[in-house]
Amino acid sequence: MSSPGPSDAIEARTLTKRYGSIEAVRGIDLDVATGETVALLGPNGAGKSTTIDMILGLSRPDGGAVTVFGGTPAAAIDGGMVGAMLQSGGLIRDLSVRELIGMVASLYPEPLEVDDALALTGLEETASQRTQKLSGGQTQRVRFAVALVSNPRLLILDEPTVAMDVEGRRSFWGTMRELASRGKTIVFATHYLEEADDYADRAVLMASGRIVADGPPTRIKAMVGARTIRATLPEGELRDLAALPGVSAADRHGQAIVLSCSDSDRAIRALLERFPEARDIEIVAAGLEEAFLELTAAESS
Amino acid sequence: MSEPPTAAEPRARSGARRGSVVRALPYTRFELLRTLRNRRFFVLSLGFPVVLYFLIAGPQRSNHDLLGSGISAPLYYMVGLVAFGTMSAMLSSGARIATERAAGWTRQLRISPLSPRAYFRAKVLTAYLMALLSMVVLYVCGATLGVHLPADQWLKMTALLVIGLAPFAAAGIALGHLLTPDSIGPALGGGVALLAFVGGTWFPLTSGSVLYSIAQYIPSYWLVQASHVALGGKAWDAQGWLVVAGWTVALTILARRVYIRDTARL
Repeated sequence: MSSPGPSDAIEARTLTKRYGSIEAVRGIDLDVATGETVALLGPNGAGKSTTIDMILGLSRPDGGAVTVFGGTPAAAIDGGMVGAMLQSGGLIRDLSVRELIGMVASLYPEPLEVDDALALTGLEETASQRTQKLSGGQTQRVRFAVALVSNPRLLILDEPTVAMDVEGRRSFWGTMRELASRGKTIVFATHYLEEADDYADRAVLMASGRIVADGPPTRIKAMVGARTIRATLPEGELRDLAALPGVSAADRHGQAIVLSCSDSDRAIRALLERFPEARDIEIVAAGLEEAFLELTAAESS
Repeated sequence: MSEPPTAAEPRARSGARRGSVVRALPYTRFELLRTLRNRRFFVLSLGFPVVLYFLIAGPQRSNHDLLGSGISAPLYYMVGLVAFGTMSAMLSSGARIATERAAGWTRQLRISPLSPRAYFRAKVLTAYLMALLSMVVLYVCGATLGVHLPADQWLKMTALLVIGLAPFAAAGIALGHLLTPDSIGPALGGGVALLAFVGGTWFPLTSGSVLYSIAQYIPSYWLVQASHVALGGKAWDAQGWLVVAGWTVALTILARRVYIRDTARL
C-alpha cells in the first residue's frame, strides 16, 4: 500500500454509498499513487462502478471522502486532469469521428493533438466516418479516444474492453501500456483476472462493497488459485499433495482430490510424476466470483 | 496526415488556454454543424413552415387585401409562419438535449471542464442561430411571393422577434432535461401547435374574447405581435415586455434548476 500524501492521484477514506437498503460500497480506503496502473477487480455488483462514480464526482458519497490530486473530484475535472471512459454510454450523432474528438479536445486546457488521439486508438481509418455509422467495437475505440484526447494525468476506465473483439482488446491494451509508460495514472475496472495480471501494477479486489485484497496481481492470482485440478486418487496424503510445486491448497472428497493451484502447469506435471495412478483429471479455471466469495467469507468469519 | 484539411478541421490547440468563454465557442461550432446535418431538423423545423407557407399563401399570392384588412396574404402568412417556425426551431433544442442525455453524452460532459454556464451558452446560441435561419428562409420565401418591406421594418421585426424568442430558448433546455426522447417529440409538436394557436398565428384573435384575454399572458402571443410589426402593428406595450421578461426569468430559473439537478457535480 502506498503511503498517502499530496502526490497521491486518488485518496479515498471510508468511502460509503447506499442505494436504498443496499450498501453498494461499505467504507473502503483506497490510495492510488501517481503513475500507478491499478486494476479494480471484482464480480458484477462488487461496487466497482459505484466507487468510480464517486471518484469522478458523478455521485455523492453517503460517508467518507475522496480527493483527486489533493482536491475535490470537481476541481480535478474542471482542471482537465481526469479522462474517463464510463461503463455505458454512446456517442452523439451527426459528427465525424475526427470532429467529435476535436469537439471534446476543445473543452480541455492542454489536449492531445486530435491526430495523435486518433492514432493512439487506431482510428485513422475511421476518422471521417459519422459516429452513428460505427460498429460496436469502433464505438468503444471512439469512447476511448474521447477519454484520452483530454491528455489527462489520471485515466479512469470502467470495464473498457467489454464490447471489444479480440483484436480490439489487443490494440487497446497496447495503447494502455504506451500511456502507462508516459507516466499516466490509470485505474481500470474489470472482472477478468487476466487483464489485471497482464496490465496492472496492482490489483484491488472488491467483493460486496469491500476491498478484500490489495496487492501485486501475481499475488492476487496466487491467492485466488488461478486453476483447480480435480482428480480421482484414492491414495495420497493431503500433506504431500499440498506440498507439490504450484499447488497452494489441497482438499479431499472421498476418492477425489481438489488442488487449488497458483501454477497449474507445474502442478499437473508434479502430480503425475508423484502419483501416476491419478485419473479422471480435470483442470478448471477457478471462477473469480467463487474465489471472491471465499475471500469475503474468510474476511467476515 | 496525408488527408487534405477539411472545412471542419478542428483546431484543438488554438482553442486551449483562453478560459471557458472562448472554450465554449468551438463547442458551439460543432453543435451547429451537428444540427445543420440533422435531416430531421431540416424537415421539421425548416421545411415544414416553408411547405405550409406555400400551401397557404401560394394560392392567394395576388390577394392584397386579406379579409378587408388591407394586408397582402403572402405578407400576413409569412409573418405568422415566422413566429411559428422560429418558435419550433428554438424549442427543437430540447429534442437534441433529450437525445444526448439518452446516449449518455450529458454524463460524459459532466466529467469534462465544460461549465454549466458554457453549456447553456452553447445551447442557447445554437437554438438562436437555428431560429434565425428559419426566419431568413421564410423571408426569402415571402420575397418570392412578392412580399416587399422597407429595411427598417424588417430590422425592427427581427429585433423584436429575437427578444420574444428568449422564453422559448429557456423552455427548450428545460424540456430537454425533463423529458425522454420518446416523449419530447409529441410534447413539442403539440406544444408548438397549441402555442401558435393561442398566440394568434393562424388568425387574429378577437379583442375581448376569452382566448384573447388568456393570450395576453402567453409569450407566443407577444411573439406573434412582434412579427405583426411588419403588418403595421404596434410593437409591444408595457404588458408585452413584462410578460416576455417574466417568462424568460421564470423559465431560465427552471432550466437552470433541472440542468443542475441532471448534471450536478460534487
